Amino acid sequence: MNYFVNEKGYFGDFGGAYIPEMLYPNVEELRTNYLKIIEDEDFQKEFHQLLKDYVGRPSPLYLAKRLSQRYNANIFLKREDLNHTGAHKINNTIGQILLAERLGKKRIIAETGAGQHGVATATVCALRGLECVVYMGEIDIKRQAPNVARMKMLGATVVPATSGSKTLKDATNEAMRDWINNPVDTHYIIGSVVGPHPYPDMVALFQSIISEETKKQLIEQTGNDQPDYVLACVGGGSNAMGMFYHFINDVKVKLIAVEAAGKGVDSGHSAATTSLGKEGVLHGSRSILMQTEDGQVIEPYSVSAGLDYPGIGPQHAHLFKTLRGEYVSVTDDESLQAGLLLTQLEGIIPAIESAHALAYLEKMKFTGKENVVVCLSGRGDKDMDTYMKYFDL
Amino acid sequence: MNRINKLFQEKKNILSIYYTAGYPNLDDTVAIAEELERSGADLLEIGFPYSDPVADGPTIQASSKIALDGGMTLKLLFEQLKDLRKTVSIPVLLMGYVNPMLQYGVENFCKSCAEVGVDGCIVPDLPMQEYEELYSVVFKEYGLTNIFLVTPQTSTERIRKIDGLSNGFIYLLSSSATTGQNLQVSENTEAYFSRIAELKLSNPTMIGFGISSRETFDKACQYANGAIIGSAFVKQLKQDDVAASVKDFMKIFKS
Repeated sequence: MNYFVNEKGYFGDFGGAYIPEMLYPNVEELRTNYLKIIEDEDFQKEFHQLLKDYVGRPSPLYLAKRLSQRYNANIFLKREDLNHTGAHKINNTIGQILLAERLGKKRIIAETGAGQHGVATATVCALRGLECVVYMGEIDIKRQAPNVARMKMLGATVVPATSGSKTLKDATNEAMRDWINNPVDTHYIIGSVVGPHPYPDMVALFQSIISEETKKQLIEQTGNDQPDYVLACVGGGSNAMGMFYHFINDVKVKLIAVEAAGKGVDSGHSAATTSLGKEGVLHGSRSILMQTEDGQVIEPYSVSAGLDYPGIGPQHAHLFKTLRGEYVSVTDDESLQAGLLLTQLEGIIPAIESAHALAYLEKMKFTGKENVVVCLSGRGDKDMDTYMKYFDL
Repeated sequence: MNRINKLFQEKKNILSIYYTAGYPNLDDTVAIAEELERSGADLLEIGFPYSDPVADGPTIQASSKIALDGGMTLKLLFEQLKDLRKTVSIPVLLMGYVNPMLQYGVENFCKSCAEVGVDGCIVPDLPMQEYEELYSVVFKEYGLTNIFLVTPQTSTERIRKIDGLSNGFIYLLSSSATTGQNLQVSENTEAYFSRIAELKLSNPTMIGFGISSRETFDKACQYANGAIIGSAFVKQLKQDDVAASVKDFMKIFKS
C-alpha cells in the first residue's frame, strides 16, 4: 500500500487541487517548484541550521516516568512544546518562509486557529523581514488574546474573520480570498496538512522532522526505533502527520490519531471529523469533512481552538480509510483532565490540543512493556485562561 | 442546437445576470428568472449557495448565507425549477461549488439539470483535469455545457486547452480577484483582452467580475460577446419588492 502522495497529488482517493482558476497559477508555481527547492542542498542546509539554532531542535524525547507508572507503559513525550514559539508549527513556517524567499515572494499571509501557527508565521516574517498578514476568526481572537498580542508585537497585521463560525475554517476562507486577490507577490503559508496539492505533502515534509528525530532518539534510548504506539492529536493534522511520517511504512507501529469530540461525538458540539464526516471537498482538497446531506460544511466545536476544524488533511483521510491509522476522539473534559494530570505528574503544562492525545492513554490497556510516543505538540501558556476557568484556579 | 449556442449565434452584447437561489426570499428563484427575462436579460446564472464560497466577495457570500439559513438546498432548487421552462425561455446556467454537487451526486446533478431545462454549469473550484477525466462524459451525456474561467494569469496554452473542452462560452475574469470589485480597465486589462481576442478561440467569451454599470458593461462588450453582472445585481434586490427591484436595475441596461 502506498500511503504517500502520487504524481497527481492524491493520497489514495484523497487530495487533489480543487481551486478556482484565480489560484491556479499560484498553486501551479508551488507544485512545480516545491520539491526542487526543498531537496536543494543549500535549502536543506539553511533549513536545518535554523531548526537547530533558532527553533532549538532536536526537541527532546522525554521518558515521562511518573506518567509511565500511571499507565503501566514506557511513555515518551516528543517535546515540540519546547520549540521556539511554543509549538510544532514553527517547523513548517521556517520551511515555507525559505521556500517563499526562493520563489521571490514579498508578502506572507496565513490563517490561524489557536494562534500558534499565526505566531509561528509572524515570527519567521520578523526573522526574514517580510510583510505578514494573519487571518484569525473573531471568536478565536477573543479566546487567544496573548497570541494575538504576540503576533502584533512581531509586526504582523491580524485581520479578524467575521464570516460563518468566525473560527479557523473562516480564517482559512479569508486567507484564500486574499491570495486570490494578490496572486503575484504573496505566498500563503498554510499551517496544516490541508489545502490543495502540494500543501498537504509539503507541510508533512517540513513536519516530518518530528518522527525523523524520534526514531534516532528511540534507538539511543531503547535500542529499537520502532515503538509500539505513536499518538498525536488531529485538527487538520500537521503535528500528527509529522509524528507519523517516518513510521507510516513500519506497519508494526500503531498510529493513533486523537480528534476532539468536544462535548461528545453525538452532542452536536464536536469536531470528531472521522466519526461525523464523510468524503467531500473543502479548502482545495478532497478529504473527509463534517457536512450536511446537502454538502454544506458543519461548524465544528472544541474547547481547543486548534482542533475545531471541520476536516482533516487528505493523507489522514487515506490512513483512516485504509485502516493504517486508528482515528479516535476524546471530549473537552477528558482532555482538560489529562492536561492537569500531566502538569501534576511531570511539571509540564500542555496545550489543550496536545492534552487530547494524552487523554487517550486513559482508554488504552498496556502490559508494562510497550513503548509509546506521544507528540506533545505545544505548551499550555496560551490556554491558561481556559484552564483557569475550568479548574477554578 | 442548444440554447446557449443559439444565443451566441443570434446576438451580440449579451447581458448575463447572476443571482443566488433562495435570495432575498426562499421562493424568489423562479420569479426573479421570469422578471429578468421580461426586463431583457439574455442569459441567467443561478447560484446554488455554499457555506464556504472562497471565490466570492462579501455581497454574494452574504446572499448565500441568507439563502442557506432560509433552507435552500440543491434538492429544493431543482424542485423550484421544475416548471422553469413553462415560463422562461432564455438559457440558464447553475453556478456553485463542487462539494454540494458531489454530495448530490454528479450524475444525479446532471440528470436533474437536464430534467428542469438547465443548459450548463459554472463550478469555479472544479479543476479542469478532474472535469476532463471524471465528469465530462456525464456532462455530455445529459447535454450540459461546463463553463470554465480564465484570468489574466492563465497561460495561453491553458486557454487553448480550456477552449478545446468548452462548448458554450468562456468566462473571462476581468481581473484575478474575488467577485464584487469594480472593473478597472487599465492598459494591462486591455492587453489581456486583446491577447484573448487574437487567439481566435472557437468559443465566444463573456467578461465577468467587476461589471456594475452601463459604462462597465459597454466597455466589456468592446472586448467580448457580452458581460456578466453578479454582485451589483444581488446588492439591488429588495426583499419586500423583488419584481420592482429587478425592473429598476435592468432599466440601466435597456435604456
